[in-house]
Amino acid sequence: MENAIEIRHLAYSYPDDTATEHVVFQDLSLDIEQGSFVAVLGHNGCGKSTLAKHLNAILLPEGGTVTVYGLDTKQEENLLAIRQQVGMVFQNPDNQIVSNVVEEDVAFAPENLGVPSEEIRRRVDEALEAVGMAAYKKHAPHLLSGGQKQRVAIAGVLAMRPKTIVLDEPTAMLDPQGRQEVVSIVEKLSREQNITAILITHHMDEAICADRVIAMDDGKIIADGAPKDVFTKIDLLQSVGLTAPQTTLLLKALDDDGCALPLDALSVDDCAQALFRQISQAKA
Amino acid sequence: MLKDVTLGQYFPGETAVHKMDPRTKLVLVIVYIVALFLAKGAAGYALVAGCLLAVVWISKIHLKVILKGLKPLMLIIILTAVLNLFYGQGEPLVQFWIFKITKQGIENAVFMVLRITLLVAGTFMLTYTTSPIALTDGLESLLSPLKKIGAPVHELAMMMCIALRFIPTLIEETDKIMSAQKARGADFESGNILARAKALIPILVPLFISAFRRADELATAMECRCYHGGEGRTKLHALHYAGRDYTAYCLGALMLAGVIVLRRFGL
Amino acid sequence: MEPVLEIRNVSHVYGADTPFEHVALDNVSLTVGRGEFVGLIGHTGSGKSTLIQHMNGLLRPSNGQVLFEGQDVWSDAKLTRRLRFHVGLVFQYPEYQLFEETVFQDIAFGPKNMGLSEDEVRARVLRAAGFVGITEKELEKSPFDLSGGQKRRAAIAGVIAMEPDVLILDEPTAGLDPVGRESILENIRAYQAAQGASVIMVSHSMEEIASNVDRLLVMNDSHLVMDATPAEVFAKPEELVQMGLAVPKVTQVLLKLRELGVDVPASAFTVEQAEKLLLPLLKGGKAAC
Repeated sequence: MENAIEIRHLAYSYPDDTATEHVVFQDLSLDIEQGSFVAVLGHNGCGKSTLAKHLNAILLPEGGTVTVYGLDTKQEENLLAIRQQVGMVFQNPDNQIVSNVVEEDVAFAPENLGVPSEEIRRRVDEALEAVGMAAYKKHAPHLLSGGQKQRVAIAGVLAMRPKTIVLDEPTAMLDPQGRQEVVSIVEKLSREQNITAILITHHMDEAICADRVIAMDDGKIIADGAPKDVFTKIDLLQSVGLTAPQTTLLLKALDDDGCALPLDALSVDDCAQALFRQISQAKA
Repeated sequence: MLKDVTLGQYFPGETAVHKMDPRTKLVLVIVYIVALFLAKGAAGYALVAGCLLAVVWISKIHLKVILKGLKPLMLIIILTAVLNLFYGQGEPLVQFWIFKITKQGIENAVFMVLRITLLVAGTFMLTYTTSPIALTDGLESLLSPLKKIGAPVHELAMMMCIALRFIPTLIEETDKIMSAQKARGADFESGNILARAKALIPILVPLFISAFRRADELATAMECRCYHGGEGRTKLHALHYAGRDYTAYCLGALMLAGVIVLRRFGL
Repeated sequence: MEPVLEIRNVSHVYGADTPFEHVALDNVSLTVGRGEFVGLIGHTGSGKSTLIQHMNGLLRPSNGQVLFEGQDVWSDAKLTRRLRFHVGLVFQYPEYQLFEETVFQDIAFGPKNMGLSEDEVRARVLRAAGFVGITEKELEKSPFDLSGGQKRRAAIAGVIAMEPDVLILDEPTAGLDPVGRESILENIRAYQAAQGASVIMVSHSMEEIASNVDRLLVMNDSHLVMDATPAEVFAKPEELVQMGLAVPKVTQVLLKLRELGVDVPASAFTVEQAEKLLLPLLKGGKAAC
């Protein structure tokens, strides 16, 4: 499989006076495969957002390289091409919507790219369709719910036809329903349109459906693998201020009590099935 | 609540006036204002007023709405009328103490009132029938020749668009901050002017900080969506002149010509 | 339990007599007892925010009464203002309301508005900072130089410093990471225990609600539809789902097991409770063979 993003020996530190997230990457290397759905976990200030901003050249590496679809982010002439390929969605939907009409906002990026009007129309309609907001195209964004606003923001990025979408804690300000809406759209885009999705979050439940989970602490990757491999390392996760899904915690607690249970049943269904098998066995 | 205040005086509609290209409307408003100032006599004013009424009728905007909009200007209109009334030259009709009212004074007063009313009502028609975004697009397009001499036309239009977008958000935020400070016992309603001004600090500081943070995040988000100034930008809704726009331009020119001809004859 | 705050048949209508008229609260009645930890859940727009703003007199009911220690809080303007100090309300993302030059001054804003002496203000600020784990060094910093989690704590301290009898928090843990969430909850519990105060907490996290509250209120479509113990509320998962809410993950697992035919009550909503329920089933079987 082709790599969407290749990070080699990335080093970066914030200047001292902007100590919002004083994180230092000393030597971070990471490959992201095209079309994969990757969840990045970590507590506040672990460097997740700093990493995200390197993926589309908002921040540039001090050492090492970030290569996006073969383009070095440090080369200035690559800037627009990189940003068009790697779309970015942020935490607060209010602060990324530019226009007071939904469709005008979605059109913003293709307008910037100089796409002809008829083509913009097509892309806007497609993008709004993909996030299920077509019915709202003439609405004013400030009257939408948080989840709807965030879907508009995703549509605004999709209209660039990116190959990768990076979502930096897109669900942190949403209610459970809004979170569900956003996560299922991200999953759909990755599965159906072969878009690489990089979802940064600290809701463990949202990471369950990813192909790959990367846990970070203090600018380093401490665990990287399939969700069931990462979440079973409960002690490691807890040592860096993360936790595992409740399902895993329950299985672990029972496992510690001496019942042999698989820890990698992450979803409610899998967990119940695992317990059911064990209970039936015990009965028999 | 603050957020119930509707901003921007746009009444959506599907009439010919609504659908007209914003550039046409902007130019015609200017033509209309010129005509209004060129009008000299009753016939000239009647022509201009007639045109406005025709536009109002086509746009299906109720006259009541316009009259309501004029209400806040009542004081200025009355003041102008009174001043003009007493400053006329010629044979006084009525005289008392140092005041005298002349025939010319009455004429001046009536025309001045008509002029102000028509001027304001005409510009109302522009904002009532054009969405703020269309208005911004129209302005940007009309002013684009100024880009050649280095005027930041696109940037100004973009700023206007973003301001329109964020006004409701910031109003809502003000509402929230006010409630939160009230919950800590802040008192905005009592005390003298100084005390009240001081009581605003707990609202203004968080509001400014939040506005700066929003601006910062918005700038990053815009960059991420490939914003790099106005150069090479296209539009979802490209402005197009249609048949109705040419008709409107012709009618506007006719009105202006009519007013100029009437003026020659002192009508 | 001694009642502290009473909401009696309260209704609230926004924009009455306009085309935007909207009934946000419809005939809601409830009583908060002293020292209770009450959870409040409901989907966005269900009327939760409107309800809590009635509890400290920020909103005036269109109908009905709000009583604090038996007195109608709207019967006298002085009483209404005093209510704000007795019923502290921490809004969502309270860190966005910080404004003073130092954290100390910001926390002191509430107590100063109460008209307390300088010594008393100082004592209260220090106590409040203690509850939320703000150090003396941090008290002298600008609130804008604190980290996200510390900002949130400073803002909560600003309300705690008024030493309210009832502390209301609207999603106090929103946007924080798991460690930040747990430590804020600990701060709240510490204040509740030390002051014997009542706490009302709005949250979207069923796990958080399940492991903290004694009693749970559920709002739906401007109505208070449930007022019971968490066990009783979470025993009605279908109803909750219909209201756009969820039951805790652990309860979902138990419900699934029941569906599969396992005889286990779905009355657990924390990992520890479920562990206790399931262990005999898993072990008991084993012991038998």
